[in-house]
Amino acid sequence: MTLATLVFTLFASLAIISALLVVFARNPVHSVLWLIVTFFNAAGLMILLGAEFIAILVILVYVGAVAVLFLFIVMMLDVDFAQLRSGFTKNLPFGILIALVLLAEMGIAVIAGQAGPVIADAPPPLEQSNIVALGELMYGRYLVPFELSGLILLVAMIGAIVLTHRTRGDVRPQDVSKQVQRRPEDAVVLKQPESGKGVEL
Amino acid sequence: MTAWFESLGMSHGWAWFIANMIGILAIALPLMLAVAMIIYAERKIWAAIALRRGPNVVGPFGLLQSFADGLKVFLKETIIPASANKALFLIAPIITFTVALLVWAVVPFDVGVVLADLNIGLLYILAIGSIGVYGVIIAGWASNSKYPFFSALRAAAQMVSYEVSLGFVIICVVLWANSFNMTEIVLAQKAHVFGFLNGFGFNPLLFPMAVVFLISSMAETFRTPFDLVEAESELVAGHQTEYSSMSFALFWLGEYANVLLMCALNAILFWGGFLPPVEVEFLYWVPGIVWLFAKILLFFFIFGWVKATVPRYRYDQLMRLGWKIFLPLSILFVMLVSGYLMLTRYSGGAL
Repeated sequence: MTLATLVFTLFASLAIISALLVVFARNPVHSVLWLIVTFFNAAGLMILLGAEFIAILVILVYVGAVAVLFLFIVMMLDVDFAQLRSGFTKNLPFGILIALVLLAEMGIAVIAGQAGPVIADAPPPLEQSNIVALGELMYGRYLVPFELSGLILLVAMIGAIVLTHRTRGDVRPQDVSKQVQRRPEDAVVLKQPESGKGVEL
Repeated sequence: MTAWFESLGMSHGWAWFIANMIGILAIALPLMLAVAMIIYAERKIWAAIALRRGPNVVGPFGLLQSFADGLKVFLKETIIPASANKALFLIAPIITFTVALLVWAVVPFDVGVVLADLNIGLLYILAIGSIGVYGVIIAGWASNSKYPFFSALRAAAQMVSYEVSLGFVIICVVLWANSFNMTEIVLAQKAHVFGFLNGFGFNPLLFPMAVVFLISSMAETFRTPFDLVEAESELVAGHQTEYSSMSFALFWLGEYANVLLMCALNAILFWGGFLPPVEVEFLYWVPGIVWLFAKILLFFFIFGWVKATVPRYRYDQLMRLGWKIFLPLSILFVMLVSGYLMLTRYSGGAL
């Protein structure tokens, strides 16, 4: 067994174990943390394949940003475990149905995979680093699909903001430039009140 | 170094292993020593700004103060709160500390003096740096206590906000340097402006980005004026509230190692790293590592100076600065820089 196979076995088995623990962990926060371990092992597998750019992207995007937001939300959940378990028998048939569908899909994938190689053999090693190769493909041959997907994501983002943003009449937002422009003359009034009388503002 | 060990009659695998181990220790051990000394230096700077004496009892001029503090912390009892999530509570400071050390692997100290000369060194720093926030989040959650939890939420939001503009700033530098490799980024700055000044920071199109990067790097390391994560007047000690002994010390060391890293990144990305500031022959007689350290110390002084003089931001002001000012500004500069480069068909060399 070469070192590469050993490392592959290590990453792959850790990925599967931590993926299982995502499902079986009782505490949702632990689930998210195991999910992060899974992402890490996936990144390790990418590095073994020589795709170091994709590996870094997995860590940067999934671990560094997406999982932080997951954790952020899950940590603030007020989960009542007793109530969660009480729904177990009610949701059991539906859960089993989903599990069966997923199992069937996996079976189909395995059988179809045996019919012939789905992924071609490893491409010949290139002179350029894979960030350059990827860039040339994305901004050259696949420029239109790439830009279109960017546009779709932008529309989705703006849509999400428009849908969730509501303007309320009663908020008084802070306007920093207004605050900075305020001079003492506009803000302060000096008065000499006579004794026994109040001050009109 | 691998080749030298092989010449002693070792197999390639072992020679590689030992050479890398020595490399790692040669970075990690001086780094820990540097952290101890800069904590002392920073306390002296604050003291001078506040017209105090600062540490002056332990050793000559108080030089051994940090080591005395370290020893004290080491001898204290480790207290784990009864309702804390024990495993996560203990892992959190280890994550902070390990991540702070990991990033140094790709920092070039001179041409070829780097542990891992990755093609994607800068992305590696971004990626590993973004993991750093987990130390704070996990510590805050696992402590099972109010203030650490607030601190964790603040840390998560703050890191994510400032990383976005930090990413765009880095894109500007990468566009100009034509590489993600740290050494190549530094070498691209050689004689960059008028064939005389070494550093992207002297370039008028990149200078505003250097400022944004400096401020964002303070926010990324939770330094004043962005230290809402451990704002002592509101949150006791933030995520470190429930920690004691070595687990507390690990947070401390990790924090300062991160501050040093951010100073080094400022120096490397914008101010010429291991190159002398101006392109004069005799300045190259001074080894590159000395220039890099001088620049790191200069930035560290700026960090300490800001911490001693600038009051803390409010949280909404912090978010406003990150999202409404830095983000549009850095996106604008990505467009300006790439537009300029396309217009002039720039391909390396002087401005």
